[in-house]
Amino acid sequence: MNTVASNFEIRSKASPNGEMAGELLEVSMGPQHPSTHGVFRMDVVLDGERVLKLKPVFGYLHRNHEKIGEGTTYLSSMPYTDRLDYFCSLTNNWAYALAVEKLAGLQVPERAEYIRVITAELTRLQNHTCLAGFLLQDMGASGTPLMYAFREREKILDLFEALTGARMMCNYMRFGGCRCDLPPGWLEQAKKVVAEFPRFLEEFEALLTENEILMSRTQGVGVVPRELAVNASLTGPMLRASGVNYDLRKVDKYGIYDRFPFRVPLGDHGDVYDRYMVRVLEMRESLKILEPAMRDIPAGPIVDAKAKLRGFRPKAGEAYGRIEAPKGELGFYLISDGSPNPYRYRVRPPSLINLTVLEDMCLGHYVADVVIILGSVDIVLGEVDR
Amino acid sequence: MLGEGIIKGMAATAKNFLGSYVQEERLTTVQYPEERLPQKEAARNFPFLVYDGNDWQKGLRCVACQICEKECPPKCIYIVKDAIKKPDYIGKLQLQPKVFDIDTSVCMSCQICVEVCPFDAIKMDVEFELSTDDRFAKLLLKKEDLAKPNKYYQRIHPSEAAEVDGRLAAEKAKAEAKAKADAEAKAKAAVASPKPPPASALKTPAIPSPAPALAK
Repeated sequence: MNTVASNFEIRSKASPNGEMAGELLEVSMGPQHPSTHGVFRMDVVLDGERVLKLKPVFGYLHRNHEKIGEGTTYLSSMPYTDRLDYFCSLTNNWAYALAVEKLAGLQVPERAEYIRVITAELTRLQNHTCLAGFLLQDMGASGTPLMYAFREREKILDLFEALTGARMMCNYMRFGGCRCDLPPGWLEQAKKVVAEFPRFLEEFEALLTENEILMSRTQGVGVVPRELAVNASLTGPMLRASGVNYDLRKVDKYGIYDRFPFRVPLGDHGDVYDRYMVRVLEMRESLKILEPAMRDIPAGPIVDAKAKLRGFRPKAGEAYGRIEAPKGELGFYLISDGSPNPYRYRVRPPSLINLTVLEDMCLGHYVADVVIILGSVDIVLGEVDR
Repeated sequence: MLGEGIIKGMAATAKNFLGSYVQEERLTTVQYPEERLPQKEAARNFPFLVYDGNDWQKGLRCVACQICEKECPPKCIYIVKDAIKKPDYIGKLQLQPKVFDIDTSVCMSCQICVEVCPFDAIKMDVEFELSTDDRFAKLLLKKEDLAKPNKYYQRIHPSEAAEVDGRLAAEKAKAEAKAKADAEAKAKAAVASPKPPPASALKTPAIPSPAPALAK
């Protein structure tokens, strides 16, 4: 008798030697599931509680980002990049600005480079706090860690609002610099937030890092071996949790990252716990970048004098700009044919590419682990689907 | 010891809970709408049109050049030029918009219209409590809804407005000085030679002087 609703497909499993065998259950998780971090769907085939097969389904939030970018001017695409990974609009802006600057050969003034580093590292802080909060929320620690994370994030978003006018859709960077200078008193406020941040991190770690429940839920779950991580072209904390030392801030040294002493935290096992720890340690390293950057920031212009807003036509050519966004390598590939619009506009989103190993991570685990494995990938559907 | 981490975590939570009775800054929730945080000066929501003086139709700075309409990423601005010209703040005859609509349900508050405007005519508003059930009457803003006095702009963005006002005043002074010099030169020429001056000297430049709005 089949009493299950018709959208679940029930298949009987062959029992080889007459043992009691359950039926396989195909579950469509999402797109309205609260643990899928947006409109993301997984078709999961379950044997009891174990995952036998998993197929991610994308595209619910597809909004033609790349095609729109080819139809509008270079400047008009800048606010659209905010909407990719809406947690980290400032790093998205930077990656796009970097690609256009390469294309047009613009030089970024010293002060603007410092502002970019400061805003990008603040973005990294708030992204990683939120990720840790959401990950714990997925694990069942409902509320407390997420609210602590949001309390800290709020302080950083206040800084963004004072600087750019918007909390999340900042639209701040411009080709060859930044849109406006730091408002008076901003740097002091930012220094205060950064100085208080370690206190929050210690509290957060006391709450979580050695918690037995967290450890038993996450250790050995969702392992990505080193070879798989490299072959699947994972980037960001996902890759580093598997023990591969690859950080674009060290590899490319874009901007002025070669001036700051910071280390790249690496994981050992590539499981969910390592991915959590790598992010917590990365926050501490970000603080090490922020402190000297805010101390040494020079006065001066914030935008290249050659850059112009209207009638911007880079000469024909192509460019790829990439940065270490909080989620991984975020790249923009542009082809110019000399017109005001790019001929080709392509985004390399870290969330989407990190998501490709989801099935490998989930096979054999419980369905409850799928939720935290997905949480540890750190996806934002705005970027996955574009 | 098993359970040590949990006890440590509970202690952290208890500290936060009890601390909220002692330290004011641990109470982070703001009870909106009874309580409100002061708005940041850089805050932005939707654009509005600035006008000088008291009459919004006469003082509207917009010259219907349609640059913002072209540059707007989601194309939420719609402009129709008027056939009748009106003098701008330095007395030069300029075009004016017959229709200027902004569809705020399409606008994404990116501020690009403000940045590209060479006449400082469009600026960002900070009003955010705009929820309504009437999409066309309340969210499709017409010219008369958009026009707001320069005083309002000075109030919501004081330092930005001071910079704009200073720049416009300098331009006006420059234009007046130039007009005066031209008049003097013309008078001199008239004294030196009785025949009428060549037509080119009388012509006012057709292209408006570019504002240095983009140089910042």
